[in-house]
Amino acid sequence: MNPDRRQFLAWGTAAAAGAALAPGLRLIELVQARSPEEAASALRRWGLLIDITKCADCDVCVSACNEENGLSSHGRPQTDAQWIRKVALRDTRSGYAQSLPLMCQHCAEPPCVDVCPTGASFKRDDGIVLVDKHICIGCRYCVMACPYGARSFVHEALSGQKADVPRGKGTVESCTLCVQRVDRGETPACVEACDRDGGKAMLFGDLNDASTDIHRRLRSEPSRQVRADLALNTGVRYQGL
Amino acid sequence: MARVQYREIDGRSGGFLALLAVLGALILGGLAAAWTMEHQGHHITGMTNRIVWGTPHVLAVFLIVAASGALNVASIASVFGRALYKPLARLSGLLALTLLAGGLAVLVLDLGRADRLIVAMTHYNFKSIFAWNIFLYTGFFAIVALYLWTMFEQRMHGYSARAGLLAFLWRLILTTGTGSIFGFLVAREAYNSALLAPLFIVMSFAFGLAIFVLVLMSAYRWSGRVLGEVVLTRLGRLLGVFVAAVLYFVAVYHLTNLYIARQHEVERFILVDGGAYTALFWIGQVVIGGIVPLALVYAPGARGSRSALAAAAACVIAGGLAQLAVLIIGGQAYPQQMFPGKEVSSRAFDGVVAAYAPSLPEVALAVGGVALALALTAVALKLLPFLPLSLADGDLESSAA
Repeated sequence: MNPDRRQFLAWGTAAAAGAALAPGLRLIELVQARSPEEAASALRRWGLLIDITKCADCDVCVSACNEENGLSSHGRPQTDAQWIRKVALRDTRSGYAQSLPLMCQHCAEPPCVDVCPTGASFKRDDGIVLVDKHICIGCRYCVMACPYGARSFVHEALSGQKADVPRGKGTVESCTLCVQRVDRGETPACVEACDRDGGKAMLFGDLNDASTDIHRRLRSEPSRQVRADLALNTGVRYQGL
Repeated sequence: MARVQYREIDGRSGGFLALLAVLGALILGGLAAAWTMEHQGHHITGMTNRIVWGTPHVLAVFLIVAASGALNVASIASVFGRALYKPLARLSGLLALTLLAGGLAVLVLDLGRADRLIVAMTHYNFKSIFAWNIFLYTGFFAIVALYLWTMFEQRMHGYSARAGLLAFLWRLILTTGTGSIFGFLVAREAYNSALLAPLFIVMSFAFGLAIFVLVLMSAYRWSGRVLGEVVLTRLGRLLGVFVAAVLYFVAVYHLTNLYIARQHEVERFILVDGGAYTALFWIGQVVIGGIVPLALVYAPGARGSRSALAAAAACVIAGGLAQLAVLIIGGQAYPQQMFPGKEVSSRAFDGVVAAYAPSLPEVALAVGGVALALALTAVALKLLPFLPLSLADGDLESSAA
């Protein structure tokens, strides 16, 4: 076999192997996303780590959430839906000022799920707390029970809804951790916006996976839960609070 | 022992028809309000994302609590063996049913998706005290209906005491459930207390008896039957005991909170600088709902006076509504404390006292529920012999002898 032919075969084999393996490698990426038929796994626990020392004086997370989930204002702030909000804090003694994004904390022991009479408020196996819009009767007991004021009641008719974000007048809703994106293997809209246009303060990931950044940082850096006294084991943790 | 003669009220007078017409109009108003809320959405009410339970819930909880309390008169007769109260037992059972129906109607029609009531009846989360309450309410209807049957049907008289005991135990559990709707809310400073369950039980004793007294006095006056002093004096004294018990539990609740540093701010809000809620607490709940009725019932000058007793009962009702408004609406208006030692603000009204002004539709719905309870009572009194022909002192004593 002449050297040219040998080289051609070597390159050819490499190219064939590459062509065969590349989709496989791509498949590994896709495998990490969940197919619509596959149930959420309790092996995962999705969560957020928010470093409020980096939280900029902006609300790109709020706008991104509204955009992604089709939340529009009716010009009535008391009844408009608010899934994530920027909260300004000022220490009453020292005057030290901070701000942070606050949303559903995706508790492991969610009070909203405990109190819901029909089971419409539920926690997915991967820790995301959601409302089943088909069996929510709009009693608002979950709003009473949430320690974080994270839930909104849909006070009026909706228009321009997103196909993958079910909502409905007369039912309760809150941050879904952008479950539609997470199931596609993406990060929540607020996190993406904060990375792109904000202070890069938000980190999303699997709290159970030792190889993730969020797991590593929670293991090596101090963090805390809002209302840790309630022992709800929140999926959202804060740094610098 | 003379047999008590029960008889339907005549119910053909112009006054009776006028009463039904007014109540019917109020019920229609309530239904129209519910329909409007259903179509427009709850933004037409004064309720918001911060005050999710408003005036309809104050009235609904009041009626539900009063329903279990109204049954007390019957319980005193059959469980505690006081024969004097026995002729009153049928009305007591009737009010228990009608008040509960009125309260539940308001609660259901206020739901964001009232059309999904069937979902609430077919999907249960048994960790929710709300889900338990659905069984407690429906069970209460069934048990009280059974209890009334044992009173009406001569063959069943022998079972009346046992049915009465079951109804009494059930109503204690039911009001424990209603109080625990708030008592189990760990996230809000104004609730989260085991004391709310027994507090609701004594509240039910007072509110239910106050309504019972007013309905009894009105029914006897309007139907021209005799209502003696003996029964009214007894009921008046009993009302006084219940009102004092409510004041006691309220005092213990607030004293406990005042001892706990993290509860100081919410106590300051209710007791000192909560504006309308502070006024409702001191003037409505304590003075009108507590001190005035005690004075009216026990003051030597007022003792035995019918108008004083009626005024005392009306005060207990007004004070009870104030108490529930302070608890339900005030408890939500006070901002949730998430960051101790920090001043909090946001566009979603964090850190500030939530504004609330009831709108016409929610008031109409709430009033419609009261009207429904009263209309059902009036119609039932016309259809079935709930009331003794006479509660004159001599007749009562001979039947109680």
